[in-house]
Amino acid sequence: MAQLNAQGQPYEDETPEPEAPAPASQASGDALDDLLAEIDGSLQVNAEQFVRSFVQKGGQ
Amino acid sequence: MRIVGIETEYGIVDPDEPRANPILMSSRLVQACRAWAGERTARWDYGGEDPLQDQRGFRRSRQGASPDLLTDDAEFDEAAGKVTLRRRRGSWEDPAHLNAVLANGARFYVDHAHPEYSGPEVASAHDAVAWDRAGDAIALAAAGRYAEDEGERVELYKNNVDGKGASYGTHENYLVSRGVSFDDLARRLTPHLVTRQVFAGAGRVGLGQFGEAPGFQISQRADYMEAEVGLETTLRRPIVNTRDEPHAARDRYRRLHVIIGDANLFDVATYLKIGTTSLVLAAIEADDERLDTLELAAPVEAVQTVSRDLALRERLALADGDAATALEIQRALLEICRTYVTDAGEAAVIARWEGVLERLTGDIFRAAREVEWVAKLQLLGRMRARHASPDAPDGLAWDDARLAAMDLQWSRLGDGLATRLAAAGQVERIVSDEEVATAVATAPQDTRARLRGGIVAARPDVVDAAGWSTVVLDRETDHGHLEVVHLDEPHASRHPLLDALMDG
Repeated sequence: MAQLNAQGQPYEDETPEPEAPAPASQASGDALDDLLAEIDGSLQVNAEQFVRSFVQKGGQ
Repeated sequence: MRIVGIETEYGIVDPDEPRANPILMSSRLVQACRAWAGERTARWDYGGEDPLQDQRGFRRSRQGASPDLLTDDAEFDEAAGKVTLRRRRGSWEDPAHLNAVLANGARFYVDHAHPEYSGPEVASAHDAVAWDRAGDAIALAAAGRYAEDEGERVELYKNNVDGKGASYGTHENYLVSRGVSFDDLARRLTPHLVTRQVFAGAGRVGLGQFGEAPGFQISQRADYMEAEVGLETTLRRPIVNTRDEPHAARDRYRRLHVIIGDANLFDVATYLKIGTTSLVLAAIEADDERLDTLELAAPVEAVQTVSRDLALRERLALADGDAATALEIQRALLEICRTYVTDAGEAAVIARWEGVLERLTGDIFRAAREVEWVAKLQLLGRMRARHASPDAPDGLAWDDARLAAMDLQWSRLGDGLATRLAAAGQVERIVSDEEVATAVATAPQDTRARLRGGIVAARPDVVDAAGWSTVVLDRETDHGHLEVVHLDEPHASRHPLLDALMDG
């Protein structure tokens, strides 16, 4: 993955790119793949409604 | 290490009725927590509360204070001008201020519209993690009991934002010598509070208080910090809070109340957040002038700059005209703090601090097992990539609801994504599950929390109420005589009367 700013876009300035962060190692990649597949399945259904209905009152 | 404690306000949701009243739900959850605790619980003693005294040496008037500040309101006696001791065993309790003092020395209660776990006083960063995770386990147990008793579901979220403008806190408390001037304390601690998010941030989808701009940032709380110092905790939130309520001998101690931090589900994040801040405070207590070279030119803006700098290379303007990245400031603090290591626990904090800063340099994903925001960014980044196509080479956009949903579900107690990531062996643990189980049932043995938790566990029949610095005993059969035992020394884990009662 390239160096990202908060918008998830690569920095666009004159300074040379420092060492780019490499993607996650393959070992953790495999474990993540299973989890991601599960999450993806559940999110197809209700992500928008879930986000909309998560409303909290302010606290400290 | 010095004495510290962590307070967590949980987000609360009825998944079947999103508009359910959160104060009522929180109150029922505390009731369920009491039911879970059985006999081994007590009410709260408001006698030690003093929420309006300011660290800067003045006192806010009660009339001029925001109602949110009046934490002693439930038992404040207008006529006497203070909280008065009175016969109250079995008397009416305001459901909106329901409390449970627990056998592990913690307080579980309704704070505003959230359930809050205020962990017991601990004396190491390791124990801070243990009793913080114990709070999650207790909250989850209470939620289980709630479902049984109420026939309704309740979900708890260990995060700090709802994405609609609301924020709720995870506060740290540090016992600090009264000898340090508060101005010096605030000035010298601020660079650490601004930059420690590089390892303590929990990660957040959305930029701005309402998430109005798409993107990912390091910290949950950054967008809600609007002042350098102040008494408030619910509006115009300050980097350094000035509430001067030591819950201990006022002539010797301050309780520094830190409200800038994120709720953390990663052990290393909590461990470093507490351990490093305690060490920086030791440097401040020693009047280490090297700290002055790190003073920031614009701390409030810097909080947000650091939070949005995922590559960790943005330079922050320093007060002396120089500039440094957050990682450079952290490395300088680490070098200063080496001088103040006094035990093996603090030496371990230094080693971990150094290792994590090294792993965050260059490829941040090397720190994904330790640093929560990096792990969240990695998981969300992978989800984005799963949906890449020729039309959308970046995959999911940052304003896609699926990423916002994952950000929320990350922090759900019990089955959240952080918990599932840990179950998949992707998160480094500092405290074992066995240690957490012990911390659920028993108080830390090396602080006064041992006395509070111990007496509640062993002799709830003689405890009328307990607070941070008091245990109120009711040993007469007619409940006509209440005795206040003062525990003004947080280090004192023994007390002749309480130990005799516990042994008896």
